[in-house]
Formats: sequence, C-alpha cells, structure tokens
Amino acid sequence: MNGFETLPAWAALPVAILLIVGGAVILIGALGLLRLPSFYHRIHGPAITVTLGAGCLLLASMLYFTVLQSRLVIHELIISAFILMTAPVVAMLIMRAAVYRDLRAGKRNAGADAGAVYSFPEKE
Amino acid sequence: MTLLLELSVKFAFLCIILAMLCCTIRLLIGPTAHDRVLALDTLWMCAMLLALMLGIRFGDLIYFEAAMMIALLGFVSTIALTKFLMRGEIIE
Repeated sequence: MNGFETLPAWAALPVAILLIVGGAVILIGALGLLRLPSFYHRIHGPAITVTLGAGCLLLASMLYFTVLQSRLVIHELIISAFILMTAPVVAMLIMRAAVYRDLRAGKRNAGADAGAVYSFPEKE
Repeated sequence: MTLLLELSVKFAFLCIILAMLCCTIRLLIGPTAHDRVLALDTLWMCAMLLALMLGIRFGDLIYFEAAMMIALLGFVSTIALTKFLMRGEIIE
C-alpha cells in the first residue's frame, strides 16, 4: 500500500470515516435510482450521490493528500465547485426534458402534472 | 490504523462499483429515454469518483486531472443529450 503506513492515526481515522460514509451514500443514491417506482421519484436518488457522496470523497482526498505531502493540497475544491454548480443545472434540464416529453406524449399516469403546475393540453 | 484505512478504501471501491452496476441496470432497462439519460449522468459521476478513489489508493495526484476531465465531459454530454431530448436536435 502506497502511503497508508506513513499516515498518522489522527488523520487516518477521519479519512476512513469520510470514505465509509461517502461510499454508503453513493450506494444508497444509486439504489434509489434503481428501485424507485417512477421517473419523478428516481430523479431524487442520484442527487445525494453527486452532492453528499462526492463531497465526502473529495473531502477525504483533500485531507489524505494534505497530510501525506505535508502541504496544503486543495485542488479538489475545483471539482467540488464545478459539481456544486453543474448538478442543479443538469437536474433541471433532465426534469424539463422529461416534463416536456410526458406532456407531449399525454402520459397522465407519469406524474408530469403533479402539483398542478403543468396541465395537459386539451385534445380536440 | 493502516488496516482500517485499507478496509475503508476497499469498502468505498466496492460501493462505487455496485453503484455503477445499479446505474448500468437502469440504463439497460430504463423504460423511457430520460431515465437512460439520468442513469448515464450518474454513471459519469460514479466514474469520476472511481478515478478519485484510484488517486487515494495509489497515493498519486495525477488521477485528479483524470477525474476533472471526466466531470467536465460528463456535464457537456448530459447537456447535449437533454437538449436532444427537448428539441430533437443539438445545434439549432
């Protein structure tokens, strides 16, 4: 193992906890994507994967390399900022595409009109 | 403490690979096209995290650049796919 032996215990414990929590959250989000019943439920599953799970792993990586190289290594903040900016944009675009396609196809049981924000066009 | 770190890295690898498996199943069976796009986006994100975990496992910072490239390409490809779903063409 490269560098695992040289890491002091006070740094290894938080890194291990962050890795375990991040991995579990990632798996839970992907299981939500697999198991939930409709698309409008399923879009909530990967949201925790890309925010909390990725955040935990990025934090673990920052801490690990900072302690291992005895200097401040915070390149991972770039990925964190990028993900935090792009995840809502992607979710909103996929959601808009789904609502648009469901309304156009007239699928009344898909849940596209939940909350009475959108309504189906009248068929003549 | 070294053992704990090794086991946690292995656990994180296992979780990410199982998550990628879930995404792949959803990508294959997804009833609609937007389900498949969502699964593909999550698969990009899991691949990015896998590159990051390889960086921790081998103690090398070069994997960070691979992770950043994967994140950028995943964002652009998902935008293109949703645009295609909305309009039927990408560049209007």
